[in-house]
Amino acid sequence: MSNVDRYAGERLKLTPFYPREQELNIRDAWSSWNGYLFADYYYDTEYEYFCIRNQCGTYDICPMQKYEISGKDAEAMLNRMITRDMGKLGMNRVMYTVWCTDEGRVIDDGTVFKLAEDRFMLTCGSPCTAWLRKSAYGFGDVTITDVSDTLAGLSFQGPTTCAVLKKMGLEGIENAKAFDIMYFPFQGETLMVSRTGFTGDLGYELWIPSELALDLWDALYAAGEDYGIQPYGEAATDMARLEAGFIMPYVDFTEALKTVYFEHDQTPFELQLGWLVDFNKPNFSGRAALLEHKQRGPKWTLTRLNIEGNWPAEDAIMYDSKGCKTEIGYVTSALWSPTIKSNIALAMIRSEYLNGELWAEIYRAKDLRQYRRMARATIVKKPFFTPARARATPPADF
Amino acid sequence: MNRYDAIVIGAGHNGLTNAAYLAKAGLKVVVVEKNDYIGGAAVSRELHEGWTYSSCSYVCSMMRQAIHRDLDLGRHGLILVPYLGTVNFGDGDERLFAYHDEQAAYLELKRHSPHDADAMYRFQADLTRYSQLIRKTLMRTPPDPASMRVRDIREFIWLAKKFWALGEQEVYEYIRFFTISAADFLEDYFENDLIKAAMASPGIIGTALGVYSPGSAYILLHHVMGDVDGSIGAWGLARGGMGAISQAIANAMLEHGGELRTQAGVERVIVKNGKACGVVLENGDELSANIVVSNLDAKRTFTKIIDKDDLPEGIYERARNFKIRGSSGKVNIALSGMPTFTGVPDNRYINRGGQGFTGTLETMERAYDCWKRGRWSDDPFVESVIPSAWDPTVAPPGQHWMSNFIQYCPPQLTDGPWTPEKRDAFGQTVIDKIERYSPGFKDLIVHMEVRTPHEIENEIGLTEGNIFQGELTIDQLFFNRPFPGYGQYRMPLKNLYMCGSSTHPGGGVSAVCGANAAREILLDLKRPNSVPEDDFYDE
Repeated sequence: MSNVDRYAGERLKLTPFYPREQELNIRDAWSSWNGYLFADYYYDTEYEYFCIRNQCGTYDICPMQKYEISGKDAEAMLNRMITRDMGKLGMNRVMYTVWCTDEGRVIDDGTVFKLAEDRFMLTCGSPCTAWLRKSAYGFGDVTITDVSDTLAGLSFQGPTTCAVLKKMGLEGIENAKAFDIMYFPFQGETLMVSRTGFTGDLGYELWIPSELALDLWDALYAAGEDYGIQPYGEAATDMARLEAGFIMPYVDFTEALKTVYFEHDQTPFELQLGWLVDFNKPNFSGRAALLEHKQRGPKWTLTRLNIEGNWPAEDAIMYDSKGCKTEIGYVTSALWSPTIKSNIALAMIRSEYLNGELWAEIYRAKDLRQYRRMARATIVKKPFFTPARARATPPADF
Repeated sequence: MNRYDAIVIGAGHNGLTNAAYLAKAGLKVVVVEKNDYIGGAAVSRELHEGWTYSSCSYVCSMMRQAIHRDLDLGRHGLILVPYLGTVNFGDGDERLFAYHDEQAAYLELKRHSPHDADAMYRFQADLTRYSQLIRKTLMRTPPDPASMRVRDIREFIWLAKKFWALGEQEVYEYIRFFTISAADFLEDYFENDLIKAAMASPGIIGTALGVYSPGSAYILLHHVMGDVDGSIGAWGLARGGMGAISQAIANAMLEHGGELRTQAGVERVIVKNGKACGVVLENGDELSANIVVSNLDAKRTFTKIIDKDDLPEGIYERARNFKIRGSSGKVNIALSGMPTFTGVPDNRYINRGGQGFTGTLETMERAYDCWKRGRWSDDPFVESVIPSAWDPTVAPPGQHWMSNFIQYCPPQLTDGPWTPEKRDAFGQTVIDKIERYSPGFKDLIVHMEVRTPHEIENEIGLTEGNIFQGELTIDQLFFNRPFPGYGQYRMPLKNLYMCGSSTHPGGGVSAVCGANAAREILLDLKRPNSVPEDDFYDE
């Protein structure tokens, strides 16, 4: 036997947190994200979900794409690319946004961090180098650096997170408002903490140079021991984010640059993200098309639903009547919500049918035999779960 | 303004649920509660600074999702968190770990008995099947077998259809199941003593039956038919303690316009011309109403707060003979740290579940023998949970509280009445037992609340401290609960209803009794129903 790994070329990369995660992933439940081995769950999805809602948990966001965009034209370049107004982003603040094609269709969503007047960080789910380069065309002083591999990110979410960070010695962290960025010395380097996350709960994201990732992990887990700290994976994240009403690329919307079929991608208005489109600023990518989309109204609407019964409406087709007269859309995400005890879903529905009856066609197996139900759905205006603690400053200890 | 459409007596979780639905239907309703806190047996109390005990009930599984969802209890602050594995301690060194993962659980059973590991699949399938049928009946009013009303006949036909759909063999099995003992039931599946003991424990909790007593198999089922988010048999904790359930229901009730009066114990129900028409409070205040709903147990309702002369013939005697024997104790312990147990690995998941400290059916039965003789056992059945391992709100960080449920504890002792000294001696027996499995346990104790049936009855009004508001045997279940002929929440006096666990489907923090009673009241008032059907299609 040779010591050379013959399959090295097709193995997934490991994140800097992997040594600790491997130890705690006692179910060996791995999936992948952007080329990294990535936990689907560690022990049990529901348990990890409840750590987010009841105690605290960490989620490895190293595989998320992170770009540093710097130079004196960086702000102008980003302003030209995204739909929101960069002028409204304060120093040490974070902003959620989307960016669109010239046809006004969503390429991806993500967050922009303002780190200095001429230095920003953009995070997003899928690699974006090509689009960033395209967007920087014609801007003089802009440098785009992919820091995905060198900057480790650890999302830390749940009601006890502030208490744990205080215990870890992050003085003043309780004063951070939602979307604030703060800096703390950590072993001779700088730990950046943003009050952001993808769970709709109280939470933070911790950013550290990769070589200090394990030290950060150990410090956080030592502080969190009495507060129920536990790593959680993609499955629990997916539950929490749906309750919070957050959308996932390639689940709830199709990234425009990867879309094959005509208009199978979405405008921000179709995703109910019209509030992210700022027509008060000068030209930006997709502006003219978006103005037209706005005036015409969305063809489809990504709609929050509360569905009767307790069968999750995964992949359900939506109809306008119990008798399935007209097909009006499809469910993109569905979940029995353990916190609000409701059968919730996001569904893409043809806008002209929104005022009528909405019915989901749901299948479920009992001892392998498939059963079908038509379940009435009602529209939910606000996100399903929005605990006050997510916005409270300073947050309570639990 | 002491005039109401309805008065609900007792702010336990069922009384609050009943009032919430009546208020939701537009009735002017008030809940009167004798204590200065609400919740009855679903209560959270800070008896030692920094620690919040669920003083009585301590885990939750039967709470119906349909009610949770319909009353929007999540928005009113309720979150139910399932907890993981359990360790069962043998009388010797054996340990049985109930791992959360199916494969791991199987291997663990196999370590004890390959036979039982395989048998567990059949056991779980059978229990699930039994549970499913019962669950379908929970949020429905039992039909009256002596009635010829269309409604009752229709309900019987519905029930018969569900029953027969199980197949001929199952019909026989079902009938057998209701009458056999937990031990006999388990004997059919398992050979290992510790596995049998672990599976039997829900068969004796709260009952005055032993594990070998006919009828205890149903008690077992009653405890495993609940679920957390569809996972049948799973148990959860309410964040903030069990009182969070009552509080959330109270919040919903208040939002719907209901009223709550604490420190308002009822002296008696006012009865005029055979109709209940109000209550006199202990402070002398009189409240009048078209409807009076008692959330007290059947015995207390008909022997303590209604004048015997106001009752139809025979009801007082029936109430007096209602089986509501006290059999349980509770010891709540504040701990300065997490206890460790011999023979249990430092596994953060398994250490945070429950503990069962009784290794054989024989030991359980011996504890029952003591109860029959009017004393507590030196080697009691103890079932424990450490909620603070899950719930950051109930103890300071790094410190814990442990809930210990004890079976059996007699309501009356043969050597005279309960005294504080005897209560403390009972508590000492319990911590002595835990110390056997957890050396150094006693050094961790910061505070203790010991509750015998005597305390439970005096504080929250459950007769003899019976946690189910009446024994869950077939003579007192379904259309027989609380009394034959009164299984539909309407009581022998006009305008008097019951909504507590003395009614169908019985004990447990389910909120079903209160909701079902509200549905019947609204039916009598010819008001639109405000109570939901069960969320489950057919499982």
